[in-house]
Amino acid sequence: MYQYDQYDQAMVDARVEEFRDQAQRRLDGKLTEDQFKPLRLMNGLYLQLHAYMLRVAIPYGTLNSRQMTALADIADKYDRGYGHFTTRQNLQYNWIKLEDAADILADLSKVEMHAIQTSGNCIRNISSDHFAGAAHDELIDPRPYAELLRQWSSFHPEFTYLPRKFKIAVIAADTDRAAMRLHDIGIQIVEQNGEVGASFYVGGGMGRTPMIAPQIREFVPLDQLVTYAEACLRVYNRYGRRDNKYKARIKILVHEMGAEEYTRQVEEEFAHLLDQGVEPPLAELERIKPFFADPPFEDGPKSVDRSDPDFALWVDRNTVRHKHDSYVSAVISLKPVGGIPGDATGDQMRLMAKLAKQYSFDELRVMHTQNIVLPHVKIADLHALWTALEAADLGAPNLDTIEDIIACPGLDYCALANARSIPLSQRISESFAKSGRTAELGQLKLKISGCINACGHHHAGHIGILGVDKKGKENYQLSLGGSEAEDVSLAKITGPGFDEDGVIKAVETVTDVYLETREDGERFLDTYRRIGMAPFKEALYD
Amino acid sequence: MTDFGTSPDDVQFRFRDDGVADHGTVTVDACCDQTNATAVRIEPSDDARVLLPFLDRLALVEVHFPTFGDGRGYSAARILREAGYEGELRAVGDVLIDQLSHMRRCGFDSFAPDKSLDEEDAKRAFAQWDNVYQSAADARKTIAELRHE
Amino acid sequence: MNILTGNDLKTGEVVWWDGQNWSLSVHDAVDVGDMGEQILAAEEAARRVNVPYALVASRTEEGVRPAHIKDRVRALGPTVRRDLAVPTASKTGWDWVI
Repeated sequence: MYQYDQYDQAMVDARVEEFRDQAQRRLDGKLTEDQFKPLRLMNGLYLQLHAYMLRVAIPYGTLNSRQMTALADIADKYDRGYGHFTTRQNLQYNWIKLEDAADILADLSKVEMHAIQTSGNCIRNISSDHFAGAAHDELIDPRPYAELLRQWSSFHPEFTYLPRKFKIAVIAADTDRAAMRLHDIGIQIVEQNGEVGASFYVGGGMGRTPMIAPQIREFVPLDQLVTYAEACLRVYNRYGRRDNKYKARIKILVHEMGAEEYTRQVEEEFAHLLDQGVEPPLAELERIKPFFADPPFEDGPKSVDRSDPDFALWVDRNTVRHKHDSYVSAVISLKPVGGIPGDATGDQMRLMAKLAKQYSFDELRVMHTQNIVLPHVKIADLHALWTALEAADLGAPNLDTIEDIIACPGLDYCALANARSIPLSQRISESFAKSGRTAELGQLKLKISGCINACGHHHAGHIGILGVDKKGKENYQLSLGGSEAEDVSLAKITGPGFDEDGVIKAVETVTDVYLETREDGERFLDTYRRIGMAPFKEALYD
Repeated sequence: MTDFGTSPDDVQFRFRDDGVADHGTVTVDACCDQTNATAVRIEPSDDARVLLPFLDRLALVEVHFPTFGDGRGYSAARILREAGYEGELRAVGDVLIDQLSHMRRCGFDSFAPDKSLDEEDAKRAFAQWDNVYQSAADARKTIAELRHE
Repeated sequence: MNILTGNDLKTGEVVWWDGQNWSLSVHDAVDVGDMGEQILAAEEAARRVNVPYALVASRTEEGVRPAHIKDRVRALGPTVRRDLAVPTASKTGWDWVI
């Protein structure tokens, strides 16, 4: 994986000292909260419901065991012994003190990590395919391009005060595991006539006005990738709405202007910028690529001993085909039945780090579904890995099932939330685990957000739940038919909302409808698409 | 047309050797109509590109930041510099310590903050980054260029 | 009653205005009547509290109860981590939050 050189390290170190100075000026009263807020946000520091919250960037979701161990140590030293992996492939600490924040950033910088631009109206942490470099179906590893864009977007002088936050995802497979088209810019690395380049999709997003990004350029040559991104951003910075926070994302600009007109303006700006020397030398991409070279894979057994049914179940559910046939990518579920999605204790993080070192060439990935991946595990090592995970409550065999719920922190932690998300996910996973229907339901992506900002991706859930405030009481809207994958679609609301008990029952009802009407091989989503909303509505409300 | 804008006395930091233009600025609209205007003030909603035909006669362009969070002025500055404008480019308005280094990179070479800034804090801010990742309006070599020299 | 809350600038902890100081317990909160804005402005300017605001609450047998669920979660802690509850608020049960 990527390693800092003296320049990268100096940038991060300079940022730590800059933030130390800013925090001190805030404590001294030289900065008001209004002035300090955008500065602390650009270093990932929020003021949440109970305390300061620090969001640490995990660029394109990749980290090594030393970094994961450092995250564990910070959880124990400065927080309350745990952290929360998010849908942005990041990690959040919930109980941070302002006076410790600069020290934490300094600890992070020692392991080549930071919290730069994990919030604020700037270009956020770049996300990518969590199986990058391991997936059997990818064209090439997308992470060198993500790293190139990470450097370009870090401390960008022109794009630090955008109309609103800006999220970029980079993938390189037709299978979309990064919700690429629900990003402000989604980039797919593609091949055309033997040449590798980038397809640009602009103006997607979730939030209160979800949109699927249209393709605005089929092919950008690799030596113009950064310049094209710069053109996309400049048009947005100049013309994105600043009169209304809720209409400030680029999706609204692209929608109001029309994709065609936005594209025309980008192309015009792009043609102009091509002469401005914006593009880094191609040698830089060539420098980055070897950091992501394949580890030394070895041939070995290609199947496991299935005599232990629990182990066999975990292998079937939580391991994914690898490009080398003696390996798999193994998913460590952070969704134990009744647990808090995405939370991991310091001890669990240290264990995952140790196992990564032992079994996965020292690499881990954070999934946007709030799980952890060991990308390159020898099939021969799977039983030993599973045994260690089971012992630490990390062996839940539930990838992509109804127990593998995405839930935002919700009203338990978040100042923006209207309703709690976590208790719902706990009760739903318990109820399906208890009834034993999880297996029968197969792939079923349930996503819960505690407010309209949609951090829990409810618009993209096969089943989505949105928490709202109904006269001071928590209320939940159910929606069906969303997908974040290559078959991307936005979920539709079923009808009037439910209270907590009611929505749990409603989830059971819609799964009943699915089981009664599905045809061979259909997932919940496929059945919904075939039969439409009416049968579900009827079962829910009549 | 009444002149407005900042006066030379309002300029707290200046990175130019030439004399300070001591006359007020006109709006972008007025600048396009008046053939003798030499100083103009860009508001966030103005399109900086309409000034491109007149750059030769301009000695001062003020870019107004009504609030520090409105970043349109950064693009305006770069667009002018990319078009070859070499006169004074002044950031005026809600200009704060922590925006100085980015403004400098976008081509601003003079600063007239509404509220005078702490000199020491500003000095540190201008020197914040030893190196930079992106090419911008300044002549600094990027980190990628330094890596491949 | 009208009460005041905010976060401690340095530590981020949730605090409540007890008439003289900022307390960690919601039950110490006092009714500020119509003096809220004035106290908030002075306290924020002195950096004794960060991002403070006024809210409506009622005095019950169990203590001071903020009217909105969000402030009750603030007062007690995350309902999903009862081990991390604000200790001084423990005289109320968790049902109090909902």
